[in-house]
Amino acid sequence: MSAIIELDGVRKTYGSGSVEFEALRGIDATVMAGEYVAVIGPSGSGKSTLMNLLGCLDVPSQGRYLLAGDDTSTLDETALAAIRNRRIGFVFQQFHLLPSMTALRNVELPLVYAGVARAERRDRAAAALERVGLAARLDHRPGELSGGQQQRVAVARALVTEPDLLLADEPTGNLDSRSTDDVLSLLDELHAAGRTIVLITHEHAVAARAERNLVIDDGLLTEDRRTADLLAVGVAER
Amino acid sequence: MSWWETLRSGLAAIRAHRLRSSLTVLGIVIGISSVVLTVGLGQGAQREVEEQIDALGSNLLIVSPGSSTDSSGMRGGFGSASTLTYADATALADAEAVPDVAAVAPTTSGSVALVNGDTNWTTSIVGTTTDWPDVRRRDLAAGRFFTIEEASAGAPVVVLGEDTASELFGRQSPVGRTLTADATRLTVIGVLSSSGASSTGTSEDDQAVVPVGTASRLTGNTSDNVATIYVEAASESTLTAAYQEVQALLANRHGVTTAEADFSIATQDSLVETANETNRTFTVLLGGVAGISLLVGGIGVMNIMLVSVTERIREIGLRKALGAAPRVIRRQFLVEASLLGLTGGIVGILVGVVGAQVLPHLIDQTVAISALATVAALATSLALGIGFGVYPASRAARLTPIDALRSE
Repeated sequence: MSAIIELDGVRKTYGSGSVEFEALRGIDATVMAGEYVAVIGPSGSGKSTLMNLLGCLDVPSQGRYLLAGDDTSTLDETALAAIRNRRIGFVFQQFHLLPSMTALRNVELPLVYAGVARAERRDRAAAALERVGLAARLDHRPGELSGGQQQRVAVARALVTEPDLLLADEPTGNLDSRSTDDVLSLLDELHAAGRTIVLITHEHAVAARAERNLVIDDGLLTEDRRTADLLAVGVAER
Repeated sequence: MSWWETLRSGLAAIRAHRLRSSLTVLGIVIGISSVVLTVGLGQGAQREVEEQIDALGSNLLIVSPGSSTDSSGMRGGFGSASTLTYADATALADAEAVPDVAAVAPTTSGSVALVNGDTNWTTSIVGTTTDWPDVRRRDLAAGRFFTIEEASAGAPVVVLGEDTASELFGRQSPVGRTLTADATRLTVIGVLSSSGASSTGTSEDDQAVVPVGTASRLTGNTSDNVATIYVEAASESTLTAAYQEVQALLANRHGVTTAEADFSIATQDSLVETANETNRTFTVLLGGVAGISLLVGGIGVMNIMLVSVTERIREIGLRKALGAAPRVIRRQFLVEASLLGLTGGIVGILVGVVGAQVLPHLIDQTVAISALATVAALATSLALGIGFGVYPASRAARLTPIDALRSE
């Protein structure tokens, strides 16, 4: 099985001189294809910075980040945009759907930037929405959908380009418990279907749904554990 | 992302902010339509003057007396002296000395009260010779002009302008009727057809044309002086030659050199030039004001685009996260700004064209829409959109996706 994410001594420094702040202080990690990994840590731990690097929204100050074998550390803005478009699917806490567009048009958006022809775009977007259980809501605008439904539209948008990596940043942060369960079940299904998923969260209950947890604290990777082991430990302690 | 897709998304963004977009477009509309209208007004005025002067004949020379100096040393303008005589005109009509002159019409002018029964009308009286209708390009609507015999005898006959005839005779035919001027009885032998307004401001349709001798009897001016000598050159190509011949002959007769001539000769070209210069000044002035309003409209577009960038900062972040390269974002905002500019331009031209149809009814002034000005206005509006869209567009393109996504 091939590695999707390879982090090699990744550091990220913000500011310069006396106001310099090191958000990541040397991270080494590997995520294999098909893995479901949760990055967990308190706010200010550096997990958001890590998420930006993983999503190619930003580049490391030092170290290397290989996405599906390609080094992204030296790419320019345009090349990074192409990587984001083809290889990464984002799910954000605030959904980030465009309010003036229908669900279908929102899901089509990454394909527009990929240069996919219109008819094919519609078919693929409709299929992605069907995949997340919203086949009946194609022509609804985000304002006409519930929070859980909006997040499922966002998941459909993340899936529509068939990316190597599904990156979810606090996907349940703005949802009630029922919708949270709804979205997490969807992620479970996608994982079962073979998707590589990295989920960033500060909630242990959410992280527990993944098969592996990376714990970040103060810019360092403090723990890399299988949730199955965690459960085993829990059982042993009981 | 194709241009077609960019255009579609630009249109969608404009539709999503209808009020804001239409206010921006309004600024451009006002600018473009005022440019189209002011340039049209200037060109309309220019065309009107050219038509009037053309109607007088393009191979016409107008000889006026020079300036006079009175006893206190005050110098009058051209035409104030009485240096041109009927004899000058007769000499100019001599084909041997001035071969390029086709016809000569000296005119004297004055004012006279004409009476028909209990109706009276004071009009300007023109004393002239038989060549006058040819030289001045005037036709007769009824009757005839006076003959050489009548002219040399100073016969009591009169040809009336159209307005003069209707003031004195109403709807009746004046030809063959008799008028009195002071104690003199005049027989109306013809009526001139309308010439339209005069380039000099006085109506060419309100006058009474009589032989020179008759005019001097009526006005009591018995001197040999004439006010103006109209000279028609044989053709337009010989106008310059005729000009020089007339100038040399008159200078010789008056015993002066051409440099210190006591008369002046105007051509139609010089009249057209003077009139056009005045019109150009006005067009430039009005066009400048209109141009400023266009500039303000353009700044409006930039303002709106900047607001649009700020307001849609998260949308820009999202689009970048989903794979839009900086170039694509820049293009999207440029297309939006260009669409606003172009829409404003097209609507502005429509408003200008409609205004050009309506305005002549309101202010009695021709408005000529020129194709060049219209195309230039359209190009300007597009350039405004692109020009003032560049800064907001590059600002949008430079935003980093994370900062844009996180902004509230």
